[in-house]
Amino acid sequence: MGLLSKKDAKLITDPLADNNPITIQVLGICSALAITAELKASLVMAISVLFVLGIGNVVISLMRNIIPSKIRIIVQLIVVAALVIIVDLVLKAFAYELSKTLSVFVGLIITNCIIMGRFEAFALGNGPWKSFLDGIGNALGYGVILIIVGFFRELLGSGTLFGIPVLGDPIAKTGLYSMGYENNGFMIMPPMALIVVGIIIWVQRSRNKALIED
Amino acid sequence: MENRTDKNSYTILFAIGMVLVVGTLLAFAASFLKPNIDENKRLEKQQNILYAMGVNENDENNANFVSTTDAPELFKKYIEKQLIIQGADVAEDDQAYLIDVKKEQTNAKAGIERKLPLFVGKKDNTLFYIAPIRGKGLWDAVWAYVAMDKNMVIQGVFFDHKGETAGLGANINKRFFMDDFIGEDLKNNGVFKGIAVAKGNADPLNKDKTDNEVDAIAGATITGNGISAMLKSELKLYEPYFETLKN
Repeated sequence: MGLLSKKDAKLITDPLADNNPITIQVLGICSALAITAELKASLVMAISVLFVLGIGNVVISLMRNIIPSKIRIIVQLIVVAALVIIVDLVLKAFAYELSKTLSVFVGLIITNCIIMGRFEAFALGNGPWKSFLDGIGNALGYGVILIIVGFFRELLGSGTLFGIPVLGDPIAKTGLYSMGYENNGFMIMPPMALIVVGIIIWVQRSRNKALIED
Repeated sequence: MENRTDKNSYTILFAIGMVLVVGTLLAFAASFLKPNIDENKRLEKQQNILYAMGVNENDENNANFVSTTDAPELFKKYIEKQLIIQGADVAEDDQAYLIDVKKEQTNAKAGIERKLPLFVGKKDNTLFYIAPIRGKGLWDAVWAYVAMDKNMVIQGVFFDHKGETAGLGANINKRFFMDDFIGEDLKNNGVFKGIAVAKGNADPLNKDKTDNEVDAIAGATITGNGISAMLKSELKLYEPYFETLKN
């Protein structure tokens, strides 16, 4: 990390593990449960949030000295909503296929508490560069968990990855299915996402005891 | 700094300013990009109609449209006639594919007779009758382009949706679901019955094409019910026209 000072690098690496927004701060759970039934959706959501959080943090940081504290939350909300709408329009005009894949996620980005959380906790008190790094870091931390959950849910629930069958054909009974393996239909339901996230939290805390709260 | 931004007057002015700036920005972006967006939607309709009648670039597993650059030309080549059916009147109109089905449904509720677009396509000397239909899924609209032969046996179908759940209801536009409809008879012994997306129809490979059922997607019950209802109520409207084809 020659480009970044040690402190700046920490802004990116911290949220990836020891201060992960999902597994440690338990933010952004709603979208993590809703859209991780397949890997592709998880990846698309992760990239969308990366974009919105990176830019949003910079915008809020630039405005931090002129935002009236009484209405700061609503100002943050307007910034996210405006960014998301612009992104949506640009995609519809120039990358129509992609915008159709995104459809639902666009609305979900606005309600993602990680975004408001980072605006409130970091961007309002720090400069644009630091805020940008913090935004990228947190979005990556969020994305990593999303992709891990999406990977296991799609693999065990549908036997596919990115929509490509990897375990054989469940109906024609080829590959693993010929040996009596069955897809676990429960994996594609939201409750299993909660359980997978729970397992990740468990693994993470048993490896690093310092993370365990009293 | 603290004092200035804490004042009520400042807060109100800031709010007004913010709304003006953001509002202008969004309005400008929306009107600037609208022509592009409309064009994309128009091409998509052509791609969807062509897809339903089997003019597509499907590979082994995935549904692929013809490219947007080829779509207008292929649309001209394969679609022979575009009809607007209104009651007993049938008129030709080469802009029929631009009819907004949602608007027509609203009109119908208000008592205005509905315009039903129907596209007649020809491929390898076979005629396809393609109807655009629209209904409700779990979260939002679902719609379809259904290609039939003159006996109302489905020859191809393209489903799409606005906001069904990713990985569950959103899978209606995947081939494993859409291809099941091919060959299904909308009628049963000559009586219009529609096709139901059924759970537990004991035919997951969909070998029985006369049971008026296809296998449902697990975890997408309400989307599936929406599809069943849409196929039944919307395609029934086309039945009188198909009756006239028999003579």
